[in-house]
Amino acid sequence: MISIWFIFLTFPIMVMKVNTVTKTVVWRWHNIALIGIGTFVISTVWRLALERSQRERRPDEAVHHDPSSPAGAEEPAHPIIARYRTLLAAAMRPKTKKFLIAAFVVFVVLFPFISSLYQTSIMITALIYVMLALGLNIVIGLGGMLHLGYIAFFAVGAYTYGILYRFFGVGFWVALPIGAVLSVVAGVLLALPVLRLRGDYLAIVTLGFAEIVRIVMNNWTSLSNGPQGIGGIPRPGLFGIPLNLSQVTIYIYFLIVTVVAITIFVVHRFENSRIGRALVAMGEDDIAAEAMGVDLTKTKVIAFALGSLWAGIGGVIFAARTTFINPASFTVWESIIVLSCVVLGGMGSIPGSVIGALVLILVPEYLRAFSDYRMLMFGAILVIMMVFRPGGLIQKKRKAYTFDVSTETEVVS
Amino acid sequence: MNTEYFFRLFFSGLTRGSIYALLALGYTMVYGIIKLINFAHGEIYMIGAFTALIIAGALTLTGMPALAILVLASLVALLYSSIYGFTIEKIAYKPLRKAPRLSVLISAIGMSMFLQNYVLLAQTSNFLPFPQLLPDITLPESWQGIVTLPQFFIFVATAIVMVILTLLIKFTRMGKSMRATSQDRTMAMLSGINVNRVISYTFLIGSFTAALGGILISSYTGQINYFIGFLAGIKAFVAAVLGGIGSIPGAVLGSMVLGMAESYAAGYVSSVYEDVFAFIILVLILIFKPSGLLGKPETQKV
Repeated sequence: MISIWFIFLTFPIMVMKVNTVTKTVVWRWHNIALIGIGTFVISTVWRLALERSQRERRPDEAVHHDPSSPAGAEEPAHPIIARYRTLLAAAMRPKTKKFLIAAFVVFVVLFPFISSLYQTSIMITALIYVMLALGLNIVIGLGGMLHLGYIAFFAVGAYTYGILYRFFGVGFWVALPIGAVLSVVAGVLLALPVLRLRGDYLAIVTLGFAEIVRIVMNNWTSLSNGPQGIGGIPRPGLFGIPLNLSQVTIYIYFLIVTVVAITIFVVHRFENSRIGRALVAMGEDDIAAEAMGVDLTKTKVIAFALGSLWAGIGGVIFAARTTFINPASFTVWESIIVLSCVVLGGMGSIPGSVIGALVLILVPEYLRAFSDYRMLMFGAILVIMMVFRPGGLIQKKRKAYTFDVSTETEVVS
Repeated sequence: MNTEYFFRLFFSGLTRGSIYALLALGYTMVYGIIKLINFAHGEIYMIGAFTALIIAGALTLTGMPALAILVLASLVALLYSSIYGFTIEKIAYKPLRKAPRLSVLISAIGMSMFLQNYVLLAQTSNFLPFPQLLPDITLPESWQGIVTLPQFFIFVATAIVMVILTLLIKFTRMGKSMRATSQDRTMAMLSGINVNRVISYTFLIGSFTAALGGILISSYTGQINYFIGFLAGIKAFVAAVLGGIGSIPGAVLGSMVLGMAESYAAGYVSSVYEDVFAFIILVLILIFKPSGLLGKPETQKV
C-alpha cells in the first residue's frame, strides 16, 4: 500500500527524464521496481521500529508491572543491544580498559606508518571533522542552540591563514593563533546580537551569517581572490627542515592528532566545569537556569567563543593541508555535515561526536561506489536519528552522584 | 530614464515579493500551527517546478495546444507538490509531535537535504531550460519596457491566491479549525477538532502555494536546477519573519518589503550582495522587533 503510494509519488521525478533541448522523454521503468521494493522494505522496517520506540518511551509501565524482578528495572533490551552492553561492560573493567587504551594509542601512533599516504590523508580530513564536531557539540549538544553557521568560523580560520600568507607571507605557526583568535572574535561578534534569539530564529540567523561570510569571500576579490580562491598556501614547517610530501602528511597527521587530543581534553574539562554545567542547564531550560542564577549572556558568549575557537584552529590546519582554499569549501551544506556528525554520534557526548565524525567521513570515502548518495544519506540519517534515536549512537551519560551502598558499608566497617 | 528605471525596479521587486509571498504563506501557516520552521518548504517549491517541467516536456511530444499543456502541467505539479508536503509531514514531523523543537528542526533540515539530493540524483545537476508556458497576450503600449508579461501574470496569480486563501481561512470550517489550532492546540483538540487533519491540511495548502510560486518563477526566469529551493526558501522565511511569523497579512507585507528592498538594493547599490542585504534585514528585524511588522509579541509561558 505504502509502496504504491510512493511509486505514484516519485513517478515523474524518478521515471521520466525530459530533455527539453532535443524534446525527448527518457522513460526509466526499472526505477519503479526499485522504488516499489525499496519503499516496501523501508516502510515495514519503519513501522516496526516506530512501534518499538513508542513502546520504549513508556518504560515506567514495564517497571510497575513487575517491580520484584531486577530485570524489570531496565528497559527491555534487544539481544544485540544486550550483547553490546555486556561487551561494553567487559571493556569497562579497569584492566581491559587500560589495555584497550594502550592498544588504541599504539594504533593511532603507528597508523601513518602502516597505511598508505592516501589513507593517512583521508584520516586527516576525518580528524578535522572530528574537531569541528567537538566544537559544534559545545554549542548544540551542551547549550542546545542550533547553530547552522558553524562552517563560517572554519572559513574565518582558513581565510586568515590564506590572506595573511597572500599579503604578508606569514607562516603556519604564526597564523594558527591569529586564526584562532579571529574566529573567537567572530564568534563573539555573532553571539552578541543573537543573544536574545532562540531555537529556530537562532538557526536561521547563524545560517544567514555563514552565507554572508561566504558571499563576501566570493565577491571581495581584492582580499580573497574571489571564487578562484587562494592557492599555494605553504604546509607547516618543522623548524625549517624541508620535508617531502609523505613526510609532511605524516607530520600534519600527528599535528592534528595532538590538536584533537587537546580538544577532547579541554572540552571534557569544560563540560564538567561550572560554566559547562551552566551551559547544560541553559540548554535544558533557560528560564529555570536563569532563575538558578546562571548568567545567560556570559554563558552563551563563552559557548560561542569556545565553539568557534576549535573551528578556527581546524580552519587553519585545513588551509595548510589542502594548500588551496576557495569559498566553495564553506557552503551551508558543510555546516550540516558537521551537524549530522554531532547528531549521529549523540548530542552532548564527546565520544559520540568523535565516532559520529569518523563514521560519516570515513565510510563514504571507503564506499566510493556510493559517494553520489552521500548527501542523500546524510539527510536521511538526520531524519531517522531524530525519529528513532534522538540521543544518537552513544547516548550521553549524565554524571550522577550515585549513592553506592557497598562502598558505604566498607567505609563503616 | 530615471523614473522608468525606478518603476522597472519597482515591478521587479513586486514580482519577487509575490513569489516570496507565495512561499512565505506556507512557512507562516505551518509555523502558526506547529511552531516549526519547515526547512523542506523550499524543496517543495523546487519539486513543483521540476514536476511542471517534466510533465510539460512530456506533453509537448503529444502535440497538444499550448494552453492545455500549461493548465495540465500546472495542475499535475500542484497536485504532486501538495502530496509531497503531506507525505513529508507524515514521515519526518508527525512521529516527533511531542519531541523537543530542536529535534523537529534537525529532522526538517535532514528532509530538505534528502529531497534536494533526491532530485539531483534522479534528474540532473545542470540548469534545465524551463519552457515558456505563459500565454501570449500583448500588454498596453505604455506599459512595455516597465513591466513584462510574466511579471504581470505573477502578480495576478498571487493576488488571486491571496484572496482565495483569506476567504478559506476566514470563512470555511477548516479555516476556523486552523485558527483555533494555532491559538491553542490542546484546547482545539478538546473541543473536538482533529488536529492531525488540520496539520495535514496546512501542509497541503502551504505546499500548493509554494509549488505555484515555483512554477511561476521558473517560467519567468526560464531555468531551474535542484538548488533553487534552498535560497528561495530561506528568503521567504526572512520575509515571513519580517512580517511577523504566524500572521498571514504579515507574510504578504513582509514579502513585498523584502522584494522591493532587494530589487532596489540590487538596482542602485550592487547586485552581487543582494543576498547579504536580505540577511542583514533579517538580523536587524530580529534584534529590534523580534515579533515582526505585524506579529503579536510572543509571551513566554514558564
